[in-house]
Amino acid sequence: MRFSEIRDHLAGFRVGIAGAGGLGSNCAVALARSGVGTLVISDFDVIEPANLNRQCFFASQVGMLKTVALKENIARINPDIIVIAHTEKLDKLNIPEIFASCDVIVEAFDSDKMKEMLAETVQTRMPGTPLVMGSGLAGWGKSEAIKFRKIDETLYICGDESTTAGEEMPPMAPRVGIVANMQANTVVEILMKRTRDYFRQ
Amino acid sequence: MKIILNNRVEEFPGETLLISEMLAFKKFSYKMRIVKINGLLIPRERYESTIIHDGDNVQMIYLMSGG
Repeated sequence: MRFSEIRDHLAGFRVGIAGAGGLGSNCAVALARSGVGTLVISDFDVIEPANLNRQCFFASQVGMLKTVALKENIARINPDIIVIAHTEKLDKLNIPEIFASCDVIVEAFDSDKMKEMLAETVQTRMPGTPLVMGSGLAGWGKSEAIKFRKIDETLYICGDESTTAGEEMPPMAPRVGIVANMQANTVVEILMKRTRDYFRQ
Repeated sequence: MKIILNNRVEEFPGETLLISEMLAFKKFSYKMRIVKINGLLIPRERYESTIIHDGDNVQMIYLMSGG
């Protein structure tokens, strides 16, 4: 299959990304480069200098909302991609509204509590919507420990499922990038198996 | 009783088992996780009240911080 055909197919889909940090910003860029037509990106944070060790932002964007900066960066890569940005904090009530009609949802939070809340909400309130999660990516090296697991048709896990981020085990660009791109790769795989709905706006 | 836990057959004492008992028995310690029984996610507040039956397919996934 030619890339032009892949891109045209992916243009018909909408992907939700919960969080625009290390996982979310890098995953969004990979999906935009692949041609996924609409990205719904949610994050309430602003860019701090410490984020630049792994997140797809620039030094000149420090202080900006991550969603605004990411929308700008994606427009510079591919102006045809529609980015819908949300800046409210995600919770059990607004997740089904914000990500309504998304074909796939990517979990891209930093906090384990938020990961659990999103998984519970999407899996119980949005049955049938595939959720692609990141779990375990802190530190460096141990590429062989990073894995992909399909739990079932609606749940996919990328990461080593064992390292937890902290002061002495910071998340860094190489490993975060591997997992973020694994998540994007999973989204592309799910969408390439789908029949495109030409009638949806 | 026998269940499938993370794609492996595992044996537990007794005829039924609460999720909280399974987690303690297996010493699953990391606090944030997903538990699915036969494809259905069981929220944390139901770990003390949801029964795992013989033959159930149980998935336990750790959610590690970092992103």
